[in-house]
Amino acid sequence: MRSAPPIVLAFGFLVAVSSPIAEEPDLYGGEFPLSGYHYMGEQVRILQDDEFQNPGMFAVEYGEELWSTPTGGKGISCQSCHEDASESMRGVAARYPQFDEELGSLVNLEARINEMLTAYMDAPAFPQESDELLSLTAFVTYQSRGIPVGVDISGEAEQYWREGHEFYTQRRGQLNLACNQCHDDLAGSNLRGDRISQGHVNGFPVYRLMWNSMGSRHRMFRWCNWAVRAEPYELGSREYLSLELYLAWRSSGLPIEASPVRP
Amino acid sequence: MTKVRTRLSLPPMVQKDEVFEVKTLVTHPMDNGFMFSRDGQRIPRQIIHRFEASFNGALVFRADWHEAVSPNPFMSFHASVQESGIFDFRWYDDDGTVHTASAEIEVV
Repeated sequence: MRSAPPIVLAFGFLVAVSSPIAEEPDLYGGEFPLSGYHYMGEQVRILQDDEFQNPGMFAVEYGEELWSTPTGGKGISCQSCHEDASESMRGVAARYPQFDEELGSLVNLEARINEMLTAYMDAPAFPQESDELLSLTAFVTYQSRGIPVGVDISGEAEQYWREGHEFYTQRRGQLNLACNQCHDDLAGSNLRGDRISQGHVNGFPVYRLMWNSMGSRHRMFRWCNWAVRAEPYELGSREYLSLELYLAWRSSGLPIEASPVRP
Repeated sequence: MTKVRTRLSLPPMVQKDEVFEVKTLVTHPMDNGFMFSRDGQRIPRQIIHRFEASFNGALVFRADWHEAVSPNPFMSFHASVQESGIFDFRWYDDDGTVHTASAEIEVV
């Protein structure tokens, strides 16, 4: 086990980064952060790398259609204002979730898209986890591929970051497990047939082979909570938004993968 | 995705008798009829049961698919052509619809 406790700074900012098994045997080359991509089997990596076969690319294509299709009372599309997504949306996904002064809360990419639809386009919001919302998110995220994740946790966002950190290290569920017990301490080892990853969020929305469909970060959180037999929170809840911000911060520097495939 | 989408990959130009790979993909849930929905209802079987590729109207490749085929079936095969023409691909769905896609190929 760890021989010395990690240095705890005033805000505890560095706890998560400095603690991962510095003294442990070499589970993942001591490298942090390391994308979940490196923990997958070769065949899944091939599937992700080949844009022809990658099932997530269908969502990106559908998202592109939605991007350029006029909708809502004003008869405009995303493209009408944002024009070329490959320029206007480049790097956007890497900055979310972020604190919105006007709304007074943390918003993630899905919530931002829905806010745009209702506030500016006079269109109904897409339901959570609908094909439309996931596809549009996937398309926007696709424009940021390769760009390192970098979220702002200063100011108002800091409180969310704290809550997210608390959530991440809180034991929960019938199995009484906290996220960090596996994703920090045991990344790289096997959990039956699965390889435990570091739990980064640089590749979302994800096409998960287990689900045969796309899923958002919040769907993954719900799944994780369910897997430790805890009661999942609602999609878009404050708990999950905070966790999302914390995890995005934890993934700082990892390039955005689009469109990712996970087992 | 409720809408069925297809994706093709084959070279636009080939030489006579050159062997090239034709890759096809179709989005389809391939419900095998053995799964249950959240409320306990059996999800009826709906798969693509046959795939056909023809070149200039003549059948060149055919495959029968069954319940064990994964969602979003990927199919590839090798071909060579003597003349320019059009590849037609047809996916036969259990519900009677036929999804189609075609690609032109030129012999240089």
